[in-house]
Amino acid sequence: MPEPTTTANPAPKTMNPDFWDLRLYVAGETTNCLVAFDNLKHICEKHLEGKYRIQVIDLLKNPQLSSGDQILAIPTLVRRLPEPVRKIIGDLSNTERVLVGLDLRPRSV
Amino acid sequence: MKSGRNIELAAPASPGAVKTALAKCPTGIRGLDEITQGGLPQGRPTLVCGGAGCGKTLLGIEFLVHGAVDYEEPGVLMAFEESESELGANVTSLGMDLPRLVRENKLRIDSVRVERSEIQETGDYDLGGLFVRLGAAIDSIGAKRLVLDTVEVLFSGLSNHAIVRSELRRLFGWLKEKGVTAIITGERGDGTMTRYGLEEYVADCVIVLDNRVLDQLCTRRLRVVKYRGSAHGTNEYPFLVGKTGISVLPITSMGLEYQASTKRVSTGVPRLDSMLGSQGYYLGSSVLISGAAGSGKTSLAAAFVHAACQRGEKCLYLAFEESPSQIMRNMQSIGFSLEPFVKKGLLQYQATRPSNEGLESHLARIEGLVHAFQPSAVIVDPVTSLLAVGDAPEVKSALARLTDLLKGRGVTALYTSLTAGGDSPEQSEVGISSLMDTWLLVRNLESEGERNRGLYILKSRGMSHSNQVREFVLSGKGIQLLDVYTGSGKVLTGAARLAQEERARAEEEAHQQEMAAKRAEIERRRAETAAQIESLRAALKSEDRELTQLAAAAAARQKGITRGRADLSRSRMADSDSATVAGGTDGR
Repeated sequence: MPEPTTTANPAPKTMNPDFWDLRLYVAGETTNCLVAFDNLKHICEKHLEGKYRIQVIDLLKNPQLSSGDQILAIPTLVRRLPEPVRKIIGDLSNTERVLVGLDLRPRSV
Repeated sequence: MKSGRNIELAAPASPGAVKTALAKCPTGIRGLDEITQGGLPQGRPTLVCGGAGCGKTLLGIEFLVHGAVDYEEPGVLMAFEESESELGANVTSLGMDLPRLVRENKLRIDSVRVERSEIQETGDYDLGGLFVRLGAAIDSIGAKRLVLDTVEVLFSGLSNHAIVRSELRRLFGWLKEKGVTAIITGERGDGTMTRYGLEEYVADCVIVLDNRVLDQLCTRRLRVVKYRGSAHGTNEYPFLVGKTGISVLPITSMGLEYQASTKRVSTGVPRLDSMLGSQGYYLGSSVLISGAAGSGKTSLAAAFVHAACQRGEKCLYLAFEESPSQIMRNMQSIGFSLEPFVKKGLLQYQATRPSNEGLESHLARIEGLVHAFQPSAVIVDPVTSLLAVGDAPEVKSALARLTDLLKGRGVTALYTSLTAGGDSPEQSEVGISSLMDTWLLVRNLESEGERNRGLYILKSRGMSHSNQVREFVLSGKGIQLLDVYTGSGKVLTGAARLAQEERARAEEEAHQQEMAAKRAEIERRRAETAAQIESLRAALKSEDRELTQLAAAAAARQKGITRGRADLSRSRMADSDSATVAGGTDGR
């Protein structure tokens, strides 16, 4: 697990419509948070290679950032781009649901 | 006074003893602190629950605002349903300036939005974000108070209720550790206090708010269901959301502990004062004026108000049937000019239709007015119109509490009561008359095609009072009480009284004339007699004179005889014997 709050992948500065800006909110290095980060990395590598950025925000260090994205649950993954904003909470262990939540797979009826 | 002290001693749980047992956090909400004997449990969460529109959020905000303004305890409001600007706008009308408090770092408002449709749940999570946000908000201003409004939104926003429950349990434990006094609001559930059973987690103090509609009238009520480690009022107390926020009325908790004053106040009608032991009503007593329509109850009330305001005392006039301007116009016509007192701020009118609100709300409003205006007299005109919003026992109980409330403050209360046409006036008032100290009855006396007003004092506790009927006359000169004509076994009033008086006057005059004539006659006879006496006396005098003359003549004659006899004897040379005899006769 890398140091949280660092950017995991350098991202191009341009506003590419097919660019994925993701934020993972955590609170310290709890099991849930570590699992979530791992799961997220795997999913991104597999489905979004080269066109994503993950920002990890530790609310214990920056509590004021919690209100911006209306964070209640930990961990929370926020898809800031592409719009609309999506939120996924939990340790992201259910890959299917993560993909649905990120709109990478159509919602099952 | 003595009995009052006894009751006080017998009262359970003096507030001082409770305070040492459990630290309390005053809410600053009028009435609530009295019911809870000091406030909410300090450093612990309190659950406030009730249906929609009960005033839960308002109670929470007031708790924070009072804390920030009056007790120097900053507070945090975490709102799950409304945004900061919405909340601010909602309470601005109640005189609370949330943005200013936020600027002054006395208040933090954090609105949390939970939208189920935006959230996808995958796997295990906790509510650490909420804790972080709360912790940050509390620490940023050193908050001592917290309101979570309504935390139940989490249940509808998150599907894993097991996690929400365990996290809430953790949250309340964490809040206790932090030592903040918290209010958690909850929506009322079906058959349970809250929809999601929050009362399980918040077990220290539970307050239930209620908004009940009865006969189309809505009354808000508050009840402290439980308060661990402290005595509290257990009744349902009506509360009001007024211009200054919530006020709860622990009117039901009042006892008969008030002090009785020996001071007296004028009734505004001098003759009535003299009927009431020459001094008028007792200060702080309850006065009932009952009578049929148009018998002059309001006029008597106006006389009292006028007199009180002239003494510089404040009066509160609660009118249930007439508008203030109408009352003032009508009272002007009998010489009571009340408008200047209104302008001076001595007289305050409060006119409402009884059907505007429920009985409890009326009471609550009156209590609020009395508290704010601090009058020395309150007029309720007429008290019987409250029957429109409650049945007789309810009105009686409400009036008993109102009487307690006013007496407890030493406020003189004057109630007018309209008696229905057919009823006997003494009977229909039984419900409230026992609460009253002085009871005046204005009665229409009907005779010879005329209605006149008669005024009686049915009772007046603690003073000697007249037992007589007075005729009660309203005119441009004000109120006059006149003696009724009670001669020849009848009570006469009005024109009959005037006619009777006229008749009596005529009779008296005739009698006077007769007497004068008699006197003249006697005078004449006496003069006659005197004249007779005079003439008799003259006659007597002349008789006397005649008698004297007669005697003188007789004496002269005797002298002549004696002298003649002496001459004779001398001439006859009589002896000495004869001379002696003659001398003896002379000496006789």
